[in-house]
Amino acid sequence: MIDVNKIRADFPILNRKVNGKPLVYFDNGATTQKPKQVIDAVVNYYSEHNANIHRGVHTLSREATELFEEARKTVSKFIGAETEEIVFTAGTTDSINIVAAGLELPVGSEIIITEMEHHSNILPWQLWCEKNEGKLKVIPVEVDGTLDIGLLESLITPQTKVLAVTHVSNTLGVINPVDALIKIAKQYDLIVLVDGAQSVPHMKIDVKELGADFYVFSGHKVYAPTGTGVLWMNKQWVGKLKLSRSGGGTIKTVSFDKTDYVEGALRYEPGTPNIEGVLGLASALKYVNEIGIEKIAKHEHTLLKYATERLNEIPEVEIYANHLEKAAVISFNVKGAHPFDVGTLLDKYGIAVRTGHHCTQPLMARYKIPGTVRASFAMYNTLEEVNIFIEALQKSIKMLS
Amino acid sequence: MSIQEIEKEIVEEFELFGDDWEGKYEHIIDLGKSLPKIKEEYKTDDRIIKGCQSKVWLHSELKEGKIVFTADSDAIITKGMVALMIRVLSNQKPEDVVSANLEFIDKIGLKEHLSPTRANGLVSMIKQMKLDALAFLNS
Repeated sequence: MIDVNKIRADFPILNRKVNGKPLVYFDNGATTQKPKQVIDAVVNYYSEHNANIHRGVHTLSREATELFEEARKTVSKFIGAETEEIVFTAGTTDSINIVAAGLELPVGSEIIITEMEHHSNILPWQLWCEKNEGKLKVIPVEVDGTLDIGLLESLITPQTKVLAVTHVSNTLGVINPVDALIKIAKQYDLIVLVDGAQSVPHMKIDVKELGADFYVFSGHKVYAPTGTGVLWMNKQWVGKLKLSRSGGGTIKTVSFDKTDYVEGALRYEPGTPNIEGVLGLASALKYVNEIGIEKIAKHEHTLLKYATERLNEIPEVEIYANHLEKAAVISFNVKGAHPFDVGTLLDKYGIAVRTGHHCTQPLMARYKIPGTVRASFAMYNTLEEVNIFIEALQKSIKMLS
Repeated sequence: MSIQEIEKEIVEEFELFGDDWEGKYEHIIDLGKSLPKIKEEYKTDDRIIKGCQSKVWLHSELKEGKIVFTADSDAIITKGMVALMIRVLSNQKPEDVVSANLEFIDKIGLKEHLSPTRANGLVSMIKQMKLDALAFLNS
């Protein structure tokens, strides 16, 4: 069991009122709140160590560099990776773009994604296809929210080179069987990218065990500052993934005729990085470690189960992917009401949920709906908050009917 | 009635609710339900004013020198807001629509719906109403 009250005391924003009511923050799938340890890490960096990294000989620069590289170790350990496999990016979207632009695929290659991908795991591949006469192929989503993984094999042709799949659906919360998908993909030598934006905050990840080529996630969804992200690449890719952007900090020597880049992950981090964000990320992951990701997952599962039970009692509510194992996300609609209306009224009751298409328009088209109402939980949410949410939802439904 | 007179009437109507936001929103929802719908033939994709989340369809025509708006939305709260806008701006002279500053929205405590980050298309709808009025003025 985790001590939720103790955890809540670490998150200053949870004391806030919204529209005169105590904030109930159920939009964690969009971004999580930050504990004071993370905020302090950012403040401490600027108060004590601020300097540019990897360059200076002076004390501050050395300290900042050490902290930054220490953060790389913390991140690598968190996902079972090696330190030199970790590239710091601006977020999941940035990471996927770096991979999509850096793979040297033959013209006309095919890329397989799923129907439940977030736009960030569609558009960079679509862009690649537009430039290279490629083709995007899509594994459809069943009505219950699962992927028909048997279809993967039938989509693969000699031109298929990549499988890019989300570990957890940001809209439905469904946990995809990425192990099985990777196993199939690897039989055909496909390059596999797993989008971990919605999984890393909610479950133990071991990238070595999974066996993908790339695993990407965002810091801000796991209690870290915005503008931080991670691109993990299996070490065989370090140096092999083509550079799609370049600049200071990535080189050994530069002349106008030829440049030698550094060998490690640093070659993918041109320019001054988001130093304070990365230190905040390390602090966030340490915070998660102290509480324990398994314990967090268990707590979130309790919330999810209880919220699902309570929502299922309301006749007007329809939950998507209702009976599946999910990660901290519950997506639903109220019959006869637009998600926007539900979200607007819930906000008046101090409850933050996400409404709309969640940047998964193809998935919404598949269900023929304009969007959903999505409640997504984090370690600091409570059963009592679920009760407040249910009560407010019932009042909202009454107002809208 | 002039635009300003109608705005004043609406402000007085909403003052009755005081701090009771639920009453206020119930009223908006009722207004939404009462909105005379746009003719189906005008509810085409090219007439959609897109917010990120809810859609608004708007049609305008000039009748005896006055601009008549009809509209609809797929979200009921947006529809209520649209009904208020129509009540204020429909059957008015185009030049008055163009110059209307619509302070009543702030006065009735619904300014949040005018935030550009708000995803309901209301800001775009007001802009479109004024553009339509401007087009009639110049035609």
